[in-house]
Amino acid sequence: MKMQKKRYVLKFPPQSGDQPFSYHLVKDFDIRINILRAEVWPGKTGSLVLELEGTTTNLKNGIAYLKANQVSCEPLNKKITWDNVRCISCGNCTAVCFAGALQMDPEKWELQFDPEKCIVCELCVPACPLNLFKIDFRE
Amino acid sequence: MAIQKTYEEINEKIRRGEAVVLTAEEVSQMALTCSPEEIAEKVDVVTTATFGAMCSSGAIVNFGHANPPIRMEKIRLNGVPAYEGLAAVDTYIGATACDPENPKYGGAHVIQDLVDGKDIELEAWGKGTDCYPRKHIKTVINKATVNEMILFNPRNAYQNYPVAVNSTSQMKYTYMGNLLPHMRNATYSTSGELSPLLNDPEMKTIGIGTRIFLGGTQGFVVWPGTQFNTSKPKNEHGVPVGNSATLAVMGNMKEMSSEFLQAAYYEKYGVSLFVGIGIPIPVLNADIAKNVSIRNEQIETTVCDYGVEGSPALGRVTYAQLRSGEIEVQGKKIRTAPVSSLSKARKIAEILKQSILAGEFEISKPVQMFPTNTSLKSLKEQ
Repeated sequence: MKMQKKRYVLKFPPQSGDQPFSYHLVKDFDIRINILRAEVWPGKTGSLVLELEGTTTNLKNGIAYLKANQVSCEPLNKKITWDNVRCISCGNCTAVCFAGALQMDPEKWELQFDPEKCIVCELCVPACPLNLFKIDFRE
Repeated sequence: MAIQKTYEEINEKIRRGEAVVLTAEEVSQMALTCSPEEIAEKVDVVTTATFGAMCSSGAIVNFGHANPPIRMEKIRLNGVPAYEGLAAVDTYIGATACDPENPKYGGAHVIQDLVDGKDIELEAWGKGTDCYPRKHIKTVINKATVNEMILFNPRNAYQNYPVAVNSTSQMKYTYMGNLLPHMRNATYSTSGELSPLLNDPEMKTIGIGTRIFLGGTQGFVVWPGTQFNTSKPKNEHGVPVGNSATLAVMGNMKEMSSEFLQAAYYEKYGVSLFVGIGIPIPVLNADIAKNVSIRNEQIETTVCDYGVEGSPALGRVTYAQLRSGEIEVQGKKIRTAPVSSLSKARKIAEILKQSILAGEFEISKPVQMFPTNTSLKSLKEQ
């Protein structure tokens, strides 16, 4: 079976904050999870950045399970926008991106963004002097 | 017989479409197999460029007179304060100017909006005089309505610049970017072997009157830049190992493009302006050919700790090491990142090369060379 690995941003409503979603993803759908970031506050919308690894079918079913429980689950790259048309490739964002998601192409010296390395630390947002990053992690 | 060309001879070749023009990166490659004498014989002009944040930039603007006229003694452009002590309707808007209430939009943004042809709200106040009776005006200006808008940058194109690190346990927010604690990153500016003043370290061809590429159009070097310093230590290749010479540049901002003039805001620091500058260096002789052949591994700069007062030096690295993505300072490996755009600098060097090849851009002999024995004073409190 072909395994897939992809990063997602999960948002769950305030009333679901006490549900063991990650347990069910592992136990019922055999998905290997890696929690990259979590923000859970009592009575508020919670956010999670997860790396999910599993078979295509299991991932599909696991995500369907989350959605059935009012948990939104979107690929991480859809939650981050980088205005690459206006980007001048100065490199300021690469200075703070210790995850290595933002790197300069060593030949062309243009900025490259790899969402599969992003851990949504959000340090690039204030580091960009042109304010070109938008991250929708919370609401 | 040693090669010695004149500016006029090179311009003759440019006019005939026969000049050989290379970018500074191309000539550095050529130098791996050619001697300075061969390069002087084969190459006429080498183009250099940089595209970095240059805080000491700004624009002179003349609004024209309203009816009834006003002697503008306090001026705001989109809320950003502009200088009010220049006659009735002249101003100078500095790139770093801003209203503290709105720190993310500053003079550089006003400059970019003017270049882009956008409308700017002008509000000005005066006390009212017999010849300028009006006391207040609020109107809209743009590129088309103003008489002149002239970019005049007192200090640009630094000849080399330190590498910034931060040894403290707190993040430092600087014009060299956001510096992670415990020296977890190192940032560097300048375009290395493509950088203008690193290719002519003694400024044998760059001086007052040198025609340059500035912000997308032709501009000029008008003076040595402020803090012009020729007494910094040099390495064995004749390159200063820290920030030394600078340029004051000027050009018609109405002809410029925001592709090469870009406003920037640095977190907890403030506003600055990315300026695109390209400078052609005529290869008059083998000495100049040798200078333009310099490679990143021969250009060194000083690593400074921006976390500590006085930014003490921690070591020396080459641009080849900086570009490799990692440097070693005091036994510690540190990830590097640029903060000026090499891809844009390359684009400028190429545009300049193409316009010289097309006969649209001639080189100019400086009207006067720069001083050679300058040093830097600090501000003493007395």
